[in-house]
Amino acid sequence: MADRFGKVSDEEDGLKVSMTINGREVSDDVEPRTLLVHFLRENQGLTGTHVGCETSYCGACTVLMDGKTVKSCTMLAVQASGSDLTTIEGVADGESLHPVQEGFWERHGLQCGYCTPGMIMSAVGLLEENQSPSEGEIRHAIEGNLCRCTGYHNIVKAIEYAASRIRGEEPAAPDWNHEEVSA
Amino acid sequence: MTTTTSVLGGAIRRREDPALIQGTGRYVDDIKLNGMLHVAFVRSPYAHARVTSIDTSEAEGMDGVHAVYTIDDVRHLGPLLAQVPVGKLRPLLADGTVNHAGEAVAMVVAETRYQAQDAAETVSVDYETLPTVIDLAEAASDEVKVHDDLDSNVLLTWEGGPWGNEEGIAEAKQTIAAAKERDDVVVVSQEMVNQRLIPTAIEPRSVVAEWNAGYGRFEVFSSTQIPHALAGAIAKTFGVASNAVRVVAPEVGGGFGAKLNVYNDEILVPFAAKQLGRPVKFTETRRESPNSTIQGRGWAGTATITGTRDGEVLGYELHALCDMGAYSQNFTLAIPFLGVFVGSGQYGFPIHMKLDCITTHTMTTDAYRGAGRPEAIYYLERILDEYAAAIGMDPAEVRRKNYIPSDEFPAAMSPVGFAMDTGDYERNLDAALSHFGWDDLKAERDKAQEEGRYLGVGLTSYVEVCGFGPSALVDLGFSWSEYGLPSAFSGSGLVRVNPDGTVTVVIGTGPTGQGHETTWAQLVSRQLGIPVERIRVTHGDTAESPMGVGTFGSRSAAVDGAATHEAAVEVKEKAAKIAAHLLEAAEEDIRFGEDGAHVAGTPDKSVDWDELARVAYQPHLLPEGLAGGLEAHSIFSPANATWPFGTHLAVVDVDPETGDVRLLRYLAMDDCGNVINPMIVDGQIHGGIAQGVGQAMFEDAVYDEEGNLLTGSLVDYPLPTATDLPMFELARTVTPTDINPLGVKGIGEAGTIGSAQTIVNAVVDALRPLGVTHIDMPLRPKRVWQAIHDATNGRDS
Repeated sequence: MADRFGKVSDEEDGLKVSMTINGREVSDDVEPRTLLVHFLRENQGLTGTHVGCETSYCGACTVLMDGKTVKSCTMLAVQASGSDLTTIEGVADGESLHPVQEGFWERHGLQCGYCTPGMIMSAVGLLEENQSPSEGEIRHAIEGNLCRCTGYHNIVKAIEYAASRIRGEEPAAPDWNHEEVSA
Repeated sequence: MTTTTSVLGGAIRRREDPALIQGTGRYVDDIKLNGMLHVAFVRSPYAHARVTSIDTSEAEGMDGVHAVYTIDDVRHLGPLLAQVPVGKLRPLLADGTVNHAGEAVAMVVAETRYQAQDAAETVSVDYETLPTVIDLAEAASDEVKVHDDLDSNVLLTWEGGPWGNEEGIAEAKQTIAAAKERDDVVVVSQEMVNQRLIPTAIEPRSVVAEWNAGYGRFEVFSSTQIPHALAGAIAKTFGVASNAVRVVAPEVGGGFGAKLNVYNDEILVPFAAKQLGRPVKFTETRRESPNSTIQGRGWAGTATITGTRDGEVLGYELHALCDMGAYSQNFTLAIPFLGVFVGSGQYGFPIHMKLDCITTHTMTTDAYRGAGRPEAIYYLERILDEYAAAIGMDPAEVRRKNYIPSDEFPAAMSPVGFAMDTGDYERNLDAALSHFGWDDLKAERDKAQEEGRYLGVGLTSYVEVCGFGPSALVDLGFSWSEYGLPSAFSGSGLVRVNPDGTVTVVIGTGPTGQGHETTWAQLVSRQLGIPVERIRVTHGDTAESPMGVGTFGSRSAAVDGAATHEAAVEVKEKAAKIAAHLLEAAEEDIRFGEDGAHVAGTPDKSVDWDELARVAYQPHLLPEGLAGGLEAHSIFSPANATWPFGTHLAVVDVDPETGDVRLLRYLAMDDCGNVINPMIVDGQIHGGIAQGVGQAMFEDAVYDEEGNLLTGSLVDYPLPTATDLPMFELARTVTPTDINPLGVKGIGEAGTIGSAQTIVNAVVDALRPLGVTHIDMPLRPKRVWQAIHDATNGRDS
């Protein structure tokens, strides 16, 4: 089992899993069927990662595993054993927000906030690979994250904002201050 | 050309966001109480069956299982409440028969989520299947009855012309019949389906309840739009005082109307918590959600326009069957009424609407964003386009010709008998035509079509009715009194300057993403001058706020916002008295700025908010006769609902070979009266449009003949993704309402009400050269391809 799933050992109460989460080493015994998202939320108390569909379609549970985005609702905790995870709680650099978090705040990239942690993680994953994404590349990168509130318009703007910040450029002005139109 | 007049707050960043972008926002499923147990439901695989036995013995013996409940344990608690209690009310668990697939039959409570689900799978239920009726026309025929003990599957019929006025309705019918006899008219008629939808907030519903016998109090956390109504329902169900129930709606991950109900699990979880003496949690799985949370829409009807060849509409008729599902819940039967309310749109022509509310063996329908209004506007604005095409007139001009003229406002009377607050439809249309370049769009379409491309443009008008509303709605039969809220639809707001000069605002409605914490802080800051950073808005907790019916019907800003504004004005008046006393000046000479109060013309004669607050809480320092404290609570009941409106345009490209539709541009000129935070208003419009596009292009809750929901997962029920939508192009006109002191009308639903028909009109426009005159939503490739194929008889397009 250890070969297939990494650092896993059999214990009486379940399987022992060990991983690094947001820079912190953790290990615990879990039932083999424990989903990674439940391990994060219920075992580790990291409730910023959300469950929206349990089938990997909505992306609310997206986290970074060894630098790549994964959907933690369709993965077992034991499959993540031995890996290095980053969740929404670990994205900011101490007191200062990650540029993507800042972008979501500055460009109204969220409403109810439920899809937001997963959406931010997907955007972080994108910008680690591509710091100058086009609108189409941004939309493609978040296609696996569903948002029911925003129509994605301001999420795209938020990620464009973050990309500008990461490149050290001034972000484009927001587009909501359009004035009243008279005929 | 442009003027800025009417932004009351400004586009500031949201106060709620720091928690939500860092993963520290608290949603119900994040709550973990000591000793908390978990619930799983046993649900029916059949749409209609007699339940002959339920064997819970194996489940009861399993590890970690504390209880398994069936209807016999909870029948005494009665069915769920409904505002229009017609039809069959939902029992807490199936009572003798199941009436839709997914209906809850038994409830398992166990130590862990996984144990509860394991145990639920072992509950053995014997069913004797019965005939099902799903199709609306078949149900309306009453050949198969949904419920044996009801007289008919037709539960109720809403009718207008003037609603509730039989003579007026008869007159409207007669006028339209006479118009049809004229030989200079065209009559255009189309059967259309406005399909069922699954609201699909990304956060599934969740409820946690605890009963503390010592305190004699329920504490309930629920993902709800209506915490006060839930508290009232729990109090009534368990026979306890309203102040023995505290309901908290913390962060709510989207609602869209689907959390505007008191659900059976929201009663059963407190029940189990009380029985077992332990906190209990239930969180829906996405798989069960389509059958444990209401669905929306579901109309099948025929719309008919009778009009002259030069664009004067002489009559509009709509007869539709509206799917209520198996059980009537909170607003179920009232939803089509909202369609009647707004059924004549922006127009003054004679109208006859007949909406039959039909019960079927499906999940209950109720409010989904727009709730009756998107359906009604869809039929009206679709058939107007077919009429425009039949007489060869520009769709914009047909609309213009039939608008209620601006000089009839305020209080124009709609043909369905309701006074409309303010409106200036032609100004909004003209603004859309010029700002978005309607003539250029049409020219682009013509050029593309000459080149053999199927580019289409759609243009529609919409009006909505929202901002509910007047206390007098009670007289129309709508009220929350069964839920312990006598105030019908009034709003409330409490503004308190704390002893340290900060401000706490307590509101009766709770947001589900609309940004109340920011907008309300802006409203209060605007009055008091205190910066928004020093203002905290609390909401959604029935122990804190005096009352409030909830966030729905685009009502919060127009009703609870107005109440908060009035409370802030009252606080300011009192602060002026204190300042006048301290500064030895006349009260009318006191002015307020960011730093507090000063005497007009003498800025250095001033007192800051910290000092005003400190004095306010020391009554011996106050002028004689003035009570201590610095707070006010206001209840606001508007004289009318509000009527936002707008013009929406879409540009689409259709591939005739594959039927694939691409939405190239979406342009919206909305008028929601004054705007508080333009950033938040735009966000509401974006999301609203996305849901309308979802209905037009992707979403469909499909049942088979046996009542199985075939599209119950996100695989089969595709929500729009980021790659499906363009950037939205927005602009606004501003026609303030006169029925609240802010002049705001509401914007939560406008985008949805304006959009589905705009897309369909654009697609039909693209395919009209091929002879296509209508395609039912959703416009997925197969359906579009089929429509092209049928229209061309398989000829090459």
